[in-house]
Amino acid sequence: MRLAVASGKGGTGKSMVAANLAFTLSQAEQVTLIDCDVEEPDLHLFFPAPSTTTEVTVPVPVVDETACQHCGLCEEFCQYGAMTVLSSRVLFFPELCHSCGGCTLVCPNGAIHEDPKRIGTTTISTPLPNLKLISGMLDTGNPLAVPIIRTAKKLAASDPLVICDTAPGTSCPVVETLDGCDACILVTESTPFGMHDLQLAVDVAARLGVPAGIVINRSDGKDQATLEFCTDHDIEMMMTIPFDREIAAIQSRGDLLCRARPEWQKAFAALFVKCSTLAGMDR
Amino acid sequence: MIRLAVISGKGGTGKTMITAALAQLLPGSLVLADCDVDAANLELLLSPKLIRTEPFMGMKTAVIDPALCTQCGECMEHCRFGAIERDGDAYRVSLLRCEGCAVCTHVCPAAAVTMQPRQTGEIKYSDTERGHLVHARLVPGAGNSGLLVHAVKKTAIEQDRNSDLFLIDGPPGTGCPLISTISGVDMALIVTEPSVSGLHDLKRVVAVCRQFRPRILVAINRFDLEQSLTETIQIWCKEEKIPMIGKIPFDPVVIESVRKGVPVTRAGASPAAQAIQILAANLENELMHYGNRRG
Repeated sequence: MRLAVASGKGGTGKSMVAANLAFTLSQAEQVTLIDCDVEEPDLHLFFPAPSTTTEVTVPVPVVDETACQHCGLCEEFCQYGAMTVLSSRVLFFPELCHSCGGCTLVCPNGAIHEDPKRIGTTTISTPLPNLKLISGMLDTGNPLAVPIIRTAKKLAASDPLVICDTAPGTSCPVVETLDGCDACILVTESTPFGMHDLQLAVDVAARLGVPAGIVINRSDGKDQATLEFCTDHDIEMMMTIPFDREIAAIQSRGDLLCRARPEWQKAFAALFVKCSTLAGMDR
Repeated sequence: MIRLAVISGKGGTGKTMITAALAQLLPGSLVLADCDVDAANLELLLSPKLIRTEPFMGMKTAVIDPALCTQCGECMEHCRFGAIERDGDAYRVSLLRCEGCAVCTHVCPAAAVTMQPRQTGEIKYSDTERGHLVHARLVPGAGNSGLLVHAVKKTAIEQDRNSDLFLIDGPPGTGCPLISTISGVDMALIVTEPSVSGLHDLKRVVAVCRQFRPRILVAINRFDLEQSLTETIQIWCKEEKIPMIGKIPFDPVVIESVRKGVPVTRAGASPAAQAIQILAANLENELMHYGNRRG
């Protein structure tokens, strides 16, 4: 089973839910936790362990200036404006390139080949006997998160139980993470910001055909609007985590709620049962 | 016009809440932009009156004409984004995955694929008490958020070029939308929080900012929730020669003001409002010095 933890709004507690769920489940079975928030991956901070890091590369064009006739077809074809052909040389802007390979296909002189370019890394560790952690990390200054997410997910392609922590927002990185998941936990907070962004996240999950359930985090008891939203949209409210300065402090210092307060494991185990039902994979 | 972006790296540290309060407190004429186009929230605090809406056309995307398609599968084979789907005998383009590269149009032997413009969002131009606000809505799941950020900034700069300050509420993260937000800004105010994640993300977003050379400033929100990490962040900022210009305490009034739909500085006297007033005064100083240096 593949689960994603997403939110729309940032800072609602996605990583906290993903980390505690994985920690709890790993007491009984093999779990793979993937940090797909590759722009700001933080899960490794909660699971320090020796790790192996591999570079993620994408193919980018290299122009052989001796073969190039400076005809300009590559510039004309490139939809991203990554090539500018001058009279005697070609300028390439790697930060604009999407690695589609189009320029190599249109070049009539075979003057363009592709070389790998590093854009980030994936790191694998085994912080607990039954827990595998895969973290994608985009190199700072690099704009393209999607190829890192794709690589990180591929590393867990044959793992039986996978939990993906998602980036905030509703665009490409979120789509790439949710794609192929069996169910999705949407973590929200009971404020107009949380509600506004929750609606967007519900929309994305629906467009991808991924069933979603909701977790309210840092609840101060004023959850009426969120509960009504769930009823109106027929979405299950799966768990409520109260606002509590001690829970906040546990999280802030890089510890896990379920490790510091083991009584919470029961609640996360129950959350997983609900996710399984949501995914149509009753356990 | 001085261009100031409020960013954070980590999501949910309080960028929007602080941007709205700064809009109210900073002097001079303003134009505002919400560049967190995935999940735009600034409008929820500024009661904007919509002046006009424009469609946002993202990258063109591929469309296969089933009448011309010979089902050869070349497009699917060459697409590096997995955007061509096979449904029985028919081939279709997944709009969620298509990145608009047009390779499929080139490899199709039957000229069955064309690139078509597609609306992936809208740009809204509104009026607020403190000046015009440019905000946007991206179709959920659509790509091109970096392009939309660029379009939002461009609208604000073109429409309100005589404003003293261009105040931007930025997106979280360090990728495409963030890079699009900070390119060309004069100052970046990074809002962080005292947690191991907050510090880790702060360091990464500072590394990205340094490639674009704006003046970098830091504020710590909810600083009293974990004093020892607040100290660690302050020490790190000092070592990196990044001015720490504000510390805002945890204050339930912040959530109450968000629920009321007003900046916290409009919700009566509170510890958070008081701390943001100090932050705004420090920022005003920074802006004045920056303006003087630039002449």
